[in-house]
Amino acid sequence: MVEKGIGQAVPRKEDRRFVTGRGRYVDDIRLPGQAWAVFVRSPHAHARIRRVDKASVEGMPGVLAVFTGADAEADGIGPLICGWMIHSRDGTPMKVGTHRVLATDKVRYVGDRVACVVAETLHQARDAAEALVVEYEELPAVVDLATADEAPALVHDDIPGNLCYDWELGDRAAVEEAFAKAARVVSVDLVNNRLVPNALEPRAALAAYDPGRDEITLYLTSQNPHVHRLVMSAFNNIAPEHKLRVVAPDVGGGFGSKIFIYGEECVVAWAARKLGRPVKWREERGEAFLADAHGRDHVTRAELAVDADGRFLALRVDTRANLGAYMSTFSSAVPTYLYAPLLSGQYRIPAIHARVRTYYTNTTPVDAYRGAGRPEACFVVETLVDAAARALGIDRAEIRRRNFIPPDAFPYQTPVVMTYDSGDYRTCLDRALELADYAGFERRRQEARARGRLRGIGIGCYIEACGIAPSQAAISLGAGVGLWESAEVRFTHTGKVQVYTGTHTHGQGHETTFSQLVAETLGVPFEDVEVIHGDTATTPVGMGTYGSRSQAVGGEALLRACHKIIEKGRKIAAHLLEASEADIEFEAGVFRVKGTDRRKTIQEIAFAAYVPASYPADLEPGLEASAFFDPPNFTFPSGTYVCEVEVDPETGRVRIEKWVAVDDFGRIINPLIVEGQVHGGLVQGIGQALLEHAVYDRESGQLLTGSFMDYAMPRADDVPSFTVEFAPGSPTPSNTLGAKGAGEAGAIGAPAALMNAIWDAVGTRVEMPATPERVWRAIRQTQMPQAAE
Amino acid sequence: MPRVVMRVNGKEVSGEVEPRTLLVEFLREHLGLTGTHVGCDTSQCGCCVVHLDGRSVKSCTVLAVQCEGAEVLTIEGLARNGELHPIQRAFHECHGLQCGFCTPGMIMSALELLQRHPAPTEPQVRAWLEGNLCRCTGYHNIVRAILQAAEEMRQAPRPAA
Repeated sequence: MVEKGIGQAVPRKEDRRFVTGRGRYVDDIRLPGQAWAVFVRSPHAHARIRRVDKASVEGMPGVLAVFTGADAEADGIGPLICGWMIHSRDGTPMKVGTHRVLATDKVRYVGDRVACVVAETLHQARDAAEALVVEYEELPAVVDLATADEAPALVHDDIPGNLCYDWELGDRAAVEEAFAKAARVVSVDLVNNRLVPNALEPRAALAAYDPGRDEITLYLTSQNPHVHRLVMSAFNNIAPEHKLRVVAPDVGGGFGSKIFIYGEECVVAWAARKLGRPVKWREERGEAFLADAHGRDHVTRAELAVDADGRFLALRVDTRANLGAYMSTFSSAVPTYLYAPLLSGQYRIPAIHARVRTYYTNTTPVDAYRGAGRPEACFVVETLVDAAARALGIDRAEIRRRNFIPPDAFPYQTPVVMTYDSGDYRTCLDRALELADYAGFERRRQEARARGRLRGIGIGCYIEACGIAPSQAAISLGAGVGLWESAEVRFTHTGKVQVYTGTHTHGQGHETTFSQLVAETLGVPFEDVEVIHGDTATTPVGMGTYGSRSQAVGGEALLRACHKIIEKGRKIAAHLLEASEADIEFEAGVFRVKGTDRRKTIQEIAFAAYVPASYPADLEPGLEASAFFDPPNFTFPSGTYVCEVEVDPETGRVRIEKWVAVDDFGRIINPLIVEGQVHGGLVQGIGQALLEHAVYDRESGQLLTGSFMDYAMPRADDVPSFTVEFAPGSPTPSNTLGAKGAGEAGAIGAPAALMNAIWDAVGTRVEMPATPERVWRAIRQTQMPQAAE
Repeated sequence: MPRVVMRVNGKEVSGEVEPRTLLVEFLREHLGLTGTHVGCDTSQCGCCVVHLDGRSVKSCTVLAVQCEGAEVLTIEGLARNGELHPIQRAFHECHGLQCGFCTPGMIMSALELLQRHPAPTEPQVRAWLEGNLCRCTGYHNIVRAILQAAEEMRQAPRPAA
């Protein structure tokens, strides 16, 4: 076994800089002569901009410039784009409201960017931003998603009914036929609550213009620096692509919110060029609440047709999704292709139809947040499954077993686009139930009742589509980019290895897992591998990190680059060992002539490649290789979460007593890191279910939960420790590494498991977040129906 | 502008600051000690926790001028001669960090916990961390790391500086 190779729980090599305070985040970088930018944001949800009075800050100390939307437009700065085209079911393209880097005509949500003030110091820029006079004419706001199409106001004057698209997927006729014949139909009305991503590092940008090279360097909190560079050059006209360098150094969490191309980074880069000075912007948390793309925000009616034995016949889903005021970069894909194709869950459902309408409202734009569409789908399916079990009096585990796609049915074609790769859902469920002592639950429920507490247990079986994405499939569904990944492996003279990846790590630990992959494949010491990422000037073109894709797509690209190294090394070894190439075998870092002790280490081969004293005549010197990998299919991680809760009927407070997770992620590179991904995802899912909710005032459109004092983030004493186990695993055939991806699973499966447990405890379904007040009211309504009337 | 003098990580430092300058700004912008982070604007997240005269404080809620003559310890001053403090080592070994942004504050907060309560229970650790947010780890491994560090520090107490 290779030391620190694949499958081992190796503590991370990146940790040392973080635990000693030597991480280097964007805000830690200071360039000589840097000025500070502060954005002036709309205090209104919807208003016409009458005037921005630049003179109001003229002469204030340190002020260098005030930029407005008109200035940006005059300089040809292009509007922000949405990179995924969706067509309505009548064939018309989605209706895109113009999204400028700085607003010109109207502001459309509280926090919309109106102007940017640049000054010598941060304090001076703040003072001037506060003093800048902007005159608005207030307009009525569209806030409520459920009635956005009936609202008298239009977010974009040219988009009737605030409707962006009316999209569908699946066979409507087959679904209607199945419903007509069903023994039973269960239905639920669900709200999937709006969330604020709240990566702990606020977004930041620092741009510098080099007039000698006519080049902009932009340090940015980005999950995908190459995508930022592409869009900012091709659409926003910040600089030609080869004259824009985007560097994403250490990034303090993303969860989706740092994928997108925002107006702030465009303005900062443009301002740096105009002023000829480095310009830095660092978001405050209050701004992050208003300006970072939010997540989720659906209202859904869903119906499941079942036969008398509880077998699923058909699923019908009608979802309204909130886009916010503008379309963010991938906002159109989230409630469509990242959502509806997952509505089959882990089950055989012969017919599925989903209709999705997305609406503009005067709220912060909504886009991908950890899980992105898949948590919403899982919540719909798993809520309906519990509803069906209740309606038919079937045990909740049993109804799942009856409907699971069996292990011998893979590859399994669902009625909604996807071909599942592999899985063993029943094994995961049964193992989770065993770990949770599901069989002994009723005894615990009775024991709790004796103490005056309500105890419940819930199951959430999730499916996830990761390894985003097979480019042709994604492009055929509307994606504006390919979604392959790249890697380059470069040996040095002394046998050390530099790995360049197009993915980006902002907590996922790629520096460690990619080193393990290289140590295992090339037989070099783990410590001899350096992973370099996040700089468009040094790393190969990559699509970045989101959608749990880094290992399944980026890791596979890296594996393929390693194999190219071995193939070249074999040629060099054959020459040096005077053997035929076919007789050279490679194992654990050593090239050997089969059946002999004649050998060369890979480090010796690397030296020979750079100091080619004796070298094959037809071979280039050097030992480096790059590879691109475009997956043939998505990967489909799956698993079961079982959650046990206790509710205090006097206060409505929910306490999680036990949590079991059994996940099938395929092949796991580092179980320590993957467990950590599960823990973090679970707590984000628990946060959605119990605590988090972005609440807008329905009249004024003000975000009422705009700080950590108002928006309940999960804290250490809100959550339990977890029992996490990995299923024996069914390696995906979608890549040779066998890795499926693990980053989002927890956030996808947790809300369903927890909400089903609360439902079981209190006897009625509660909406997310299940705050003490909501749970208390639900208990009162269930136990004292007369009191509720 | 007022001049302020304090000891940071054992060294005397001084600077001229606007009266409104926060301790965290002084550390980051004047001294270049960027290990102390700013994650919010309401003293909720705990990314900026440092020790001020031996007690953990949120350095976003202390003015630099209030620290005149004080002893400040930041994350950069915790390891000695390149050797990690047991809490730092435990965070590494237990995978108690992912993106690393909350980590310095978490460690500095845990330090005071273990100075005051050398043998905390898991619920005590969780309750202590109420002022520190982490969005990545789900706290599971942070709690494990602090409990492991407590055990180690009880067995091999670190000599005072």
